Amino acid sequence: MEYFLQQLINGITLGSIYGLIAIGYTMVYGIIGMINFAHGDIFMVGSFIALIVITALGITVASGAGVIIAALILVLICAMLISSAYGWTLERLAYRPLRGSFRLAPLITAIGVSIVLQNYIQIAQGARVKPLQPIITGGHTIMKRVDEAGEFVVQISNIQILIIVTTLVLMGIFSLIIAKTSLGRAQRACEQDRKMASLLGINVDRTISTTFVMGAALAAVAGLMFLLYYGVIDFFIGFVAGVKAFTAAVLGGIGSLPGAMLGGLVIGLIETFWSAYFSVEYKDVAAFAMLAIVLIFLPQGLLGKPEVEKV
Amino acid sequence: MLKLFYGKIQALRGVSLDVYEGEIVTLIGANGAGKSTLMMTICGDPRASSGQIIYKGEDITHVPTHEIMRRDIAQSPEGRRIFPRMTVQENLLMGAAVTDQTHLEEDFARVFELFPRLKERREQRGGTLSGGEQQMLAIGRALMARPKLLLLDEPSLGLAPLVVKQIFDVIKELNEKEGLTVFLVEQNAYHALKLAHKGHVVVNGAITMSGTGKELLAKEEVRAAYLEGGAH
Ligand SMILES: Nc1ncnc2c1ncn2[C@@H]1O[C@H](COP(=O)(O)OP(=O)(O)OP(=O)(O)O)[C@@H](O)[C@H]1O
Ligand SMILES: [Mg+2]
Repeated sequence: MEYFLQQLINGITLGSIYGLIAIGYTMVYGIIGMINFAHGDIFMVGSFIALIVITALGITVASGAGVIIAALILVLICAMLISSAYGWTLERLAYRPLRGSFRLAPLITAIGVSIVLQNYIQIAQGARVKPLQPIITGGHTIMKRVDEAGEFVVQISNIQILIIVTTLVLMGIFSLIIAKTSLGRAQRACEQDRKMASLLGINVDRTISTTFVMGAALAAVAGLMFLLYYGVIDFFIGFVAGVKAFTAAVLGGIGSLPGAMLGGLVIGLIETFWSAYFSVEYKDVAAFAMLAIVLIFLPQGLLGKPEVEKV
Repeated sequence: MLKLFYGKIQALRGVSLDVYEGEIVTLIGANGAGKSTLMMTICGDPRASSGQIIYKGEDITHVPTHEIMRRDIAQSPEGRRIFPRMTVQENLLMGAAVTDQTHLEEDFARVFELFPRLKERREQRGGTLSGGEQQMLAIGRALMARPKLLLLDEPSLGLAPLVVKQIFDVIKELNEKEGLTVFLVEQNAYHALKLAHKGHVVVNGAITMSGTGKELLAKEEVRAAYLEGGAH
C-alpha cells in the first residue's frame, strides 16, 4: 500500500511534466492541424536555458529559501521568454511559408527543425550530460508504518510539490485563457474555421504565432521542472520526452486541452507503475501499448471532440 | 473591372458596380454565376486577379482580409460558417471582435430583439442549431460588428417563409433607421428586388442587366429566368 502510494506520487509528478509539454502539441495541432515534432526540442532548449541561468546566478542549495525562490522565478521567466522566442521564430521561418502547401511538407520540416535544434545544442553545449546539483531538497513524510518486515514510508519531496502545484496553477490559467478571453476565443475560432475567423477581423497569422509562443512557454516550464527533478539533461531529452508527450496528447484526444493533461497523467502513471511493478526496460512499451489500446476503442482519444455537428 | 480566376477557371469576367452609402443593392443570378465569389473577393479572400475594389475612396484590393473587416464591413457568408463548437453567445462575441466592447450589452440586446430564438439558445453549441437558427446566428454575428456595410450571401436560404419575411423586414428596418448599407445576394429574387434600391443580374461572372429593383422586377427576362414560380 505504501509502495503503491509512493509510486502514485511519482507518477503524478512525471505526468505533470508530460502534460505541460503535451499542451503545446495539442494546441498547435488544434489550430493548424500539424504535429510540431520540434516541440520536444523546444522543451530541451528550455531546460538548457534554465541550467545556464541557474549556473550564471550561482544559486545552490545553500543560498537560502528566499533567494532560491526569487532566483527560480527569474530563471523561469528567462526560460519562458527565450523559449517563446524560439517557438515564434520556428513558426515564422519554418512553418508559415509552408502554410497552404501539401500536408506532409510542414511535418517533414518539423522533423528537420528538430534535428537542427538537437545538433545546435549538441555543438553549443556539448554532447555529454549536464548535471545540476540539487537545489530544492527536503520533503514531507505522509505515511509511516513499522512492522516486523521493516519500515515503510510514503514521502512527497518539496520538488514534487513544486512541480505538481506549478502544473495545476498553469493549467488553470491556460484553461481560463482559452475559455474566457478574446484571445482564447480567437484561437478556437481559427481552429474551427480559419477563413471565417479572418472574415470577423481576426489576424489568423498572429493568432497562430501566439499559439506557438504559448506552447513553447509551457514547454520551458516543463524544461525547468525536469532539470530540477532529475538533475541531469542532455541535448537528446527532447526526443524522448517529446514522443511521450505527443503520445499523451493523442491519448487524451489531440486538440483537447484537458485531454492533454489527462493523457500526460495517464502516461506518467503507466510508466511509473510499470517500472515499479514489472520492469523498467519495458516502461515505454507499456505506454505505447496503452496508446494503441485506447485508440482502437476510442479513436478520438479519451477526451477527443465528439463528431456530432451540423455544418 | 474585377476579374478573378480559380486556377484556370475564370469566376469573375469583369464585374463593375457601385454601392452608395445608405443603399440596398442586390445581386441576383443562377447557381455558379459568381455571386459568392464577388462577395468574398470584396473581402480580399480570394484576391482579385485584376481590377480594383474601392471602399470609402480607398483602394482595399490588396489589404489583408482581417483589416478590411475592421473597416466597418461585415459579412454573413455563404454556408453560414457558424463556429460549431462555440456557443451561440460565443459566436456572437466573435462578431463583436472588431468593435470596442463598451456597447456589448446593447448589441446583444439588439440581436436578441431581432432574433428572440437566439436568446433562448444562448448556451447551445452552434453546430447543434437548426439550419434556420444558424442563419439567424450568422446574420446576428455580422450585426454584432456594428457594420456600416453589410454583405449578406443568401440570408433566406433554408428558412421558413415567415422567417424569410422577418429577415427582410429586419434588413429594411436597419437600412431605413440606421442608414445601414446592404449588399445582398439572393436566390429569392422577388423579395430581394422588392426590397432593393438597385439590382444587378450576374451571368457567368459578368453583369448583364442593372436597374432599380422595380425596373428589374418588371423585366420579362428577369421574371422568366429568376422568378419562375416565385412571382406573386
Ligand atoms: N474554390 C474554388 N475553386 C474553383 N472553382 C471555384 C471555387 N469557388 C467557386 N468556384 C467556381 O466559381 C464559379 C462561381 O461560384 P460562386 O460560388 O461564386 O457561385 P454563386 O453565384 O455564389 O452560386 P450559388 O448561387 O450556387 O451560390 C462556379 O463555377 C464555381 O464552381
Ligand atoms: Mg453562392
